[in-house]
Amino acid sequence: MLTKKNIVTKNKPGRFGEFGGQYIPETLMHEVTKLAAAYEHYRQDPKFQAELKDLLDNYANRPSLLYHAKKMSADLGGAQIYFKREDLNHTGSHKINNVLGQVLLAKKMGKTRVIAETGAGQHGVATATVAALMGMECEIFMGEVDTKRQALNVYRMELLGAKVHSITTGTGTLKDAVNAAMQEWSRRTADTHYVIGSVMGPAPFPAMVADFQSVISQEIKQQLLAETGKLPDAVVACVGGGSNAMGAFYHFISEPTVRLIGCEAAGKGVNTKQHAATVERGSTGIFHGMKSLFLQNDDGQIDQVYSISAGLDYPGIGPQHADLAATKRAEYVGITDDEAVSAFEYIAREEGIIAAIESCHAVAYVRKLAPTMRPDQIIVCNLSGRGDKDVAAIARYRGKKIYD
Amino acid sequence: MTKIKPEEMLTNAFSNDHKALIGFVTAGDPSFEKSVSEILTLAQAGTDIIEIGIPFSDPVADGPVIQAADLRAFAAGMTTERVFDLVAAVRQKSQVPLALLVYLNNVFKYGYERFFKRCEELQIGGLIIPDLPAEERPEVLPFAQKYGCALIPLVAPTSGQRIPKVVAGASGFVYAVSSMGVTGTRQQIQTNLKQMIAEIRQATDLPIAVGFGIHTPAQAAEIATVADGVIVGSAIVKLIAENDSAVSAKLDDYVQQLKTAIN
Repeated sequence: MLTKKNIVTKNKPGRFGEFGGQYIPETLMHEVTKLAAAYEHYRQDPKFQAELKDLLDNYANRPSLLYHAKKMSADLGGAQIYFKREDLNHTGSHKINNVLGQVLLAKKMGKTRVIAETGAGQHGVATATVAALMGMECEIFMGEVDTKRQALNVYRMELLGAKVHSITTGTGTLKDAVNAAMQEWSRRTADTHYVIGSVMGPAPFPAMVADFQSVISQEIKQQLLAETGKLPDAVVACVGGGSNAMGAFYHFISEPTVRLIGCEAAGKGVNTKQHAATVERGSTGIFHGMKSLFLQNDDGQIDQVYSISAGLDYPGIGPQHADLAATKRAEYVGITDDEAVSAFEYIAREEGIIAAIESCHAVAYVRKLAPTMRPDQIIVCNLSGRGDKDVAAIARYRGKKIYD
Repeated sequence: MTKIKPEEMLTNAFSNDHKALIGFVTAGDPSFEKSVSEILTLAQAGTDIIEIGIPFSDPVADGPVIQAADLRAFAAGMTTERVFDLVAAVRQKSQVPLALLVYLNNVFKYGYERFFKRCEELQIGGLIIPDLPAEERPEVLPFAQKYGCALIPLVAPTSGQRIPKVVAGASGFVYAVSSMGVTGTRQQIQTNLKQMIAEIRQATDLPIAVGFGIHTPAQAAEIATVADGVIVGSAIVKLIAENDSAVSAKLDDYVQQLKTAIN
């Protein structure tokens, strides 16, 4: 039985159990050490926190709604379903929470240029947006395949003044974009901050990004207590690197009655080679600056993974998720492309919400989970982003000839 | 005669009146047999230490030339086990000091104990692990020490005050990274190497070799005036990629030019 006491574990700095760490080239160690010290300082600086809160509330449109999906709850005939509407944030996803925090921090550190990787383009758009707002130079690294499946987001970033690099190495997806951004950072650190978009990479990134995203669960807790006087029975979120899930889990990790469920991309099925189900099929490894779970072969070569969703198309997972999985504090389930697309259509018709295909992996699991629960129980599902960017791709998936 | 530890083979490749040339090839580029013959050619031509790269799917510290070599090696069926087979084939004919360039995940997945044991058996003197900074070295060091294999520390232009920590307790030699960014040839090296090397010498007695970006004999000669050794990687890999049948003669000629330039 989980109790508050045994789930709050003492960790070495930058570690979550055995996971985490700083496995990066010496070229970057100086900068990452400086970043850790700066973050530690500003984290406790009330002025910094007040500035960040002002940006979150007055620029990013926080707090985001916690919406009771009554029609869908009735249709599924089980638990009450609430959606945390991160899709209603400025730029259309949860990514802005982290970007505002990191770019503000970079500015305080005297940086004039930010770089970032992006998969679906949500993090790239958020970074380009905040760079424009704060008057910083911005370059985004995006896999070539993703620049095609998310062409509109490429143009969005360019509109916002960012330079977008199309990465042709490897599979031309998120992993390769991270490689390219890390390489660029190792070339130029003096004026440049690398805004990592998820709870991954070397310390302090996983903990720092989790802090910046923790506003999601902080609001969920307040909003749900105000409306129902209860905690949720389950929190469900999609997981690629895992930032929206970590934000949604954060303030519930120490609440043993709350089930935490991360939904991974099972692509064309976990028994095929075309998936990105890291917890289910991965093993411990060391890559992208962290010890965590990765999809890889026996030699430690990183697999080429696949998901219909560019944002979940990543062969690893943040180290804190790896620890939550190892300690069984959170559960991780696989959702296939088919299930996610079906959920995309379902939530559109049932609730009038076009949600990101990433988030629809969580919606798909809610469709399975809710009917197994009682009507007095509560599921909170994090709608991490809006789905406008996916409409053309879903149409193509259904055989309709639409081009964006 | 007492048997020397493999890591001492690396240190002994340097001496006061002799600057060391360290050459790099990716194991299995473009094939197992050709790779063995390249390494033997480099050794016969007088390369003092040969650094053999284990191909990695995502070589984050490497530039396009070595990335392409890794892909050719994978196409030739390279695995960690095959790399050890390749070193064994080299060892049948040569006692040239050897180091491996390997990303940590390949060592981790093979198993630290098992990996370093193989290194000792094959007299591999050291590992250069680009993604293992001093902070994470304690995880690996006990195994390296047990089998007499050096963990070659990398010092970067940004290391500054970190240098004493980076070289503390190190063996083999120190790899001074000439430039920011990834491996690959550069027209110019911007770093103040003289000062960087002076700072390293304050912290350690180990020989210091400089790598990243060196390709012309003139560059090598200039570096040899301040360092104990010169590391040439991408330029050799490029030579291998661009020459097929004539590769032996080209490698031999290139090594001679570099050797003459640095001594």
